[in-house]
Amino acid sequence: MSAPKTRQCKPRVLITGAAGALAKQVIERIRKTCDLVAVDARIQVPLGDDIPSYCLDFNHRNFEDLFRRYQFDGVIHLGRIRSSQLTRMRRYNANVLGTQKLLDLSHKYNIRRIVVLSTFHVYGAMAYNPALINESAPMKSAGLSADLIDSVELENLANIYLWRFPELNIAILRPCNIVGPSVSNTMSTLLSSQRAPVLAGFSPMMQFIHIDDMADAIVLAYQKPVRGIFNVASDDWVAYQRALELCGCTRIPVPSVPPVLPRFLMRALRMRSFPAYLMDFFKYPVIIDGRAFAEEFGFSPKRPLKEIFRFYRDNKTPL
Amino acid sequence: MSLVSFLKSRLIPAKLDEQINRIRKPIGSLGYDPWGYNNETFKYGFSLTKPIYEKYFRAEAHGVDQVPAEGPVLIVGNHSGQLPIDGILVGYAIASREKNPRIPRAMIERFFPTVPWLGNLLNEVGAVLGDPVNCARMLANNEAIIVFPEGIRGSGKPYRDRYKLQRFGNGFMHLAMKHKAAIVPVGVVGCEETIPAIANIKPLAKALGVPYVPVAMPVVLPAKVHLNFGPPMYFDNADLQEDQIEERVEQVKAEINRLIDKGLEERKRVF
Repeated sequence: MSAPKTRQCKPRVLITGAAGALAKQVIERIRKTCDLVAVDARIQVPLGDDIPSYCLDFNHRNFEDLFRRYQFDGVIHLGRIRSSQLTRMRRYNANVLGTQKLLDLSHKYNIRRIVVLSTFHVYGAMAYNPALINESAPMKSAGLSADLIDSVELENLANIYLWRFPELNIAILRPCNIVGPSVSNTMSTLLSSQRAPVLAGFSPMMQFIHIDDMADAIVLAYQKPVRGIFNVASDDWVAYQRALELCGCTRIPVPSVPPVLPRFLMRALRMRSFPAYLMDFFKYPVIIDGRAFAEEFGFSPKRPLKEIFRFYRDNKTPL
Repeated sequence: MSLVSFLKSRLIPAKLDEQINRIRKPIGSLGYDPWGYNNETFKYGFSLTKPIYEKYFRAEAHGVDQVPAEGPVLIVGNHSGQLPIDGILVGYAIASREKNPRIPRAMIERFFPTVPWLGNLLNEVGAVLGDPVNCARMLANNEAIIVFPEGIRGSGKPYRDRYKLQRFGNGFMHLAMKHKAAIVPVGVVGCEETIPAIANIKPLAKALGVPYVPVAMPVVLPAKVHLNFGPPMYFDNADLQEDQIEERVEQVKAEINRLIDKGLEERKRVF
């Protein structure tokens, strides 16, 4: 008899990508107020007795069983495979087809709140980008790099469901560079390294958000069922090379002209921390405007850039 | 004392440091704004421009106080001289004025961000990619922006066309009307003589991917520069057709022509 009572006061939420550092932070923040179910396509994450955790591919038939069994109220979709992981085909299957399955099931099982984590990479890096890109700007990255197509497709899908099924209350978050402890994305890896490559003569403006702040943003977004697309970034900016300097990284210049040269070098060296498909992000700025999210959800990042960079400076790991 | 500190102490006296720090700017905790402006680099730029403005071009600015102390402003002038020296001098005049100095932003050609070092350097001293979205966002941020609506038509014109205003784009008027920005016209006299060009090698410019390649002496001549700022012009945000917008643009153009003539009259000799 106690189960339905608990169910009434605590919403049941599915969190995807549960093995990631960000998902763990989100889980910590809402595990007391929500009944959570965690899923990750890579590993089964031990999250204690109170949170059932599964290692499941979204495209697998068993995935629907989760929806049948738990009757979720909401979904926090953090399980986007980053462009530096897996092959293009596997990423497409996971990010595009997997997300479509997730959204279909969400519609079928009457989910009332979905938060989808996207990335600012969808805007694409190019010389003609204006600063403070807002959410209505075109997603140019699909035309600039084949490795980012799945990220754009994921967003397109979420967008289609957002407008076609308004009752799903989908919010798509496009954060800037997420950094901080335990974050293992390209930018965090670069900031934590002793030596970091830079494109000679280019130091684009960048934005960073601490993982704790991003987790707060996701929780805020989940709690207020407002539909839409939102950039998530603080009102603070720094040039890439200055950020490396503040993190105590030695900058290694990579020849930047003609543009084919650095691309060739990166492909030849297969540097995971400085992938060829992100080359333009180290050349041209992609500065997003996070004010719409801040105003709508009352979000204000608490960790200043100096604190973020101090962490990396004080915790250098050998290459 | 490190080399950087030594250079800073030589180039940026404490008074200048304080003067620039006092100018209110929407920058983040590390001294940058979203367009890449950096307060520290600007101080170096300001310090290096001072002798160029005062000694090399012996620039004289009249009516610089016409630029409003706050709020969105478009400083609209005639473009000339192959290099954007006019923009630098207009910017310095406003940043160095005694009463209510402002750090104006300049819109630059689209190819600059693709040039290593130079693109970043220009951004750090306040230049911004010449994009209408950028301009709109900066006006919303209450910035003062230097605009040359002639674009490369003005800067790349040969010497024989000096002080003949080329076609103005209408974009600045749309932005000024939408953002209720004051338009301060400025007539620049002297920059035409800094790099007099007799022709433009168009095929070479196309091959290099640059706006123009002038046939000119490879030297910037020390012509005396006169900057005449006119009173601010305000235009309401009425729903107008493009030809009516053009009429408003012509009003601004006429005012700039008047200010150019004033500068030419004031000028006693070219150098």
